[in-house]
Amino acid sequence: MKRLFNKDTSYRSHLGQVRNLGSSHNGTHHFITQRLTAIALIPLVFWFVCCLTSMATATHAEAVEWVNYPPNTVLFSILILVSIHHAHLGLQMVVEDYIHTSVMKALITVGMKFFMIALTIASVIAIFRIIFVFGG
Amino acid sequence: MATHKRPLSPHLGIYKPQLTSLMSILHRATGVVLAVGLLPLTYWLYSISLGPEAYERVQNIIGSPIGLVFLFAWSFALFYHLCNGIRHLGWDAGMGFDIKTAYTTGYLVWGAAFALTAGAWLLAIMRGTL
Repeated sequence: MKRLFNKDTSYRSHLGQVRNLGSSHNGTHHFITQRLTAIALIPLVFWFVCCLTSMATATHAEAVEWVNYPPNTVLFSILILVSIHHAHLGLQMVVEDYIHTSVMKALITVGMKFFMIALTIASVIAIFRIIFVFGG
Repeated sequence: MATHKRPLSPHLGIYKPQLTSLMSILHRATGVVLAVGLLPLTYWLYSISLGPEAYERVQNIIGSPIGLVFLFAWSFALFYHLCNGIRHLGWDAGMGFDIKTAYTTGYLVWGAAFALTAGAWLLAIMRGTL
């Protein structure tokens, strides 16, 4: 174990030394993905809140028009998909920190994964339906 | 194994709450709140695709006094998590680790979160949507 972190005797890169460590062998990927989704969400959240402040009392036709406007379709799709992924990564971390029985942890982790996939598909279908059923 | 001197987690019962530790757990709490909030957000989106009646129903729930209280709490959780998340990204880049800076950025996060929440609601009122 000691030799793995000894920079003087190892020819492995820093990234190579931390990859695949931990019980599930993918902690580094989890860490980096969480940060990248966080960075992506910063401008998206500001954009979305700005839109929401003018959308609060929108009629159905106005809401459809908003989603159907191509830049909004793209940005909102990215926002919702990245948000769900970011939330999934965060919730998984919370579960791993506070749930200590392995059966319970596995059940909640897998259940959460299924739920997040369902939420992702529901939002994608909703956007497609809005565009193709009401978008004209 | 037992002879290793490993660092212990703080014993919460005898641990004095500090700005830094409170903000840390609040980051998690707001994160969970926002994750749960994705459910009504997706439902709102889905209701648009179901047609005017379903959409009106959801809009009426959001526009009700209880709905607005939840929306306000959600907006504060969003801005707090956003601002403190930026603080965390700074730490991930190795910046602002000393106690003094951690407190300064902590107060900045509170100020920014309150200001952005107030700003968003003022903007909504000014645009006549509330």
